[in-house]
Amino acid sequence: MTTQKEKLMKLFISTLYLSAFTFGGGYVIVTLMRKKFVSDYHWIEEEEMYDLIAIAQSAPGAIAVNGAIVVGYKLAGILGIIVSVIATIIPPFIIISIVSTFYNLFKTNIFISLMLEGMQAGIGAVIASVVYEMASGLLKEKNPLYLVIMIGAFIGNYFFKINVIYIIIICILFGFIQFFVLKRRDSL
Amino acid sequence: MIYVQLFLSFLQIGAFSFGGGYAAMPLIQNQVVDLHHWLSLSEFTDLVTISQMTPGPIAVNAATFVGTKVAGVTGAFIATLGCILPSCLIVTGIAYLYLKYRHMKALQEILNYLRPAVISLIATAGLSIMISAFFGEQVISLYTLKIQMVIIFMICLYLLVIKKCHPIFVMILAGVLNVCQYMIQGG
Repeated sequence: MTTQKEKLMKLFISTLYLSAFTFGGGYVIVTLMRKKFVSDYHWIEEEEMYDLIAIAQSAPGAIAVNGAIVVGYKLAGILGIIVSVIATIIPPFIIISIVSTFYNLFKTNIFISLMLEGMQAGIGAVIASVVYEMASGLLKEKNPLYLVIMIGAFIGNYFFKINVIYIIIICILFGFIQFFVLKRRDSL
Repeated sequence: MIYVQLFLSFLQIGAFSFGGGYAAMPLIQNQVVDLHHWLSLSEFTDLVTISQMTPGPIAVNAATFVGTKVAGVTGAFIATLGCILPSCLIVTGIAYLYLKYRHMKALQEILNYLRPAVISLIATAGLSIMISAFFGEQVISLYTLKIQMVIIFMICLYLLVIKKCHPIFVMILAGVLNVCQYMIQGG
């Protein structure tokens, strides 16, 4: 059993590390948090993590910060929030201070731009592999409705640019109706 | 006085930017460029470029950048605090309710229908990044497809799925591979 202090230390180091090295925005960081806290540390259950990610996405503010809040809170309460949020904002704080000083050097350097261009392909691959893993896990449950929601949400978000908030609200309403209609049918 | 202004400005950015990432951009521009004139439009464009080049959320980056410029390190600190405060309150509130009631059967079954949507949202973000990697800013067609990017993507996917390599290692490797292919072709 790890003590509270060790756990907070581990939480601090892993969020600091994720925040410092995760290029590509909030969606990438929440998927890496899932890998770290669900698959590596077994601190959070897979299904719970989906809900926590949904909370991080639907609330206002940066997804990386929101993700740190939900994970920190789940693992160690208010103290966990403080630890993981501080760990999340230290890297951008330092990096921005440095980069803005040497901005012109960064902007015109061909190797930096090539590095960044290549990393985009790498980030695409990371997300693709995570989506594949998550989707195959979910589809094992053999509920055709899951597939319908997955495709519907994708089309709505990608092609029709429907706001994330509305998609999440629609899914909750759908679950709500599904639950109460089925309940009533069962009890008749 | 400037501290209060910075704080309130970034508080609004933190409270009203839904959807993360670049959804926050117009809001930041409105506060920082149009309302308070802390940055010129070209400085703002530089900030966006820097945010694309570095890890970290754009709102937090903007808070550090603008805060430092207007009122030094204290300014950066206060702006960042303003930017994350709404998240801390709102997200903690929702997480509290969720963790308290999640064992209710009704809530669990309702939330089951949220999970496939979460996967789709992540997939959408991934697809946008892939398209930008494969085609750059250009029109999507066979002629604008950057073959070297597709190859790097395939190598990364192989390392991740089959070899189970660490994602951060793979991301950095992708950057290094692109530099190498440039040097081989150019040299």
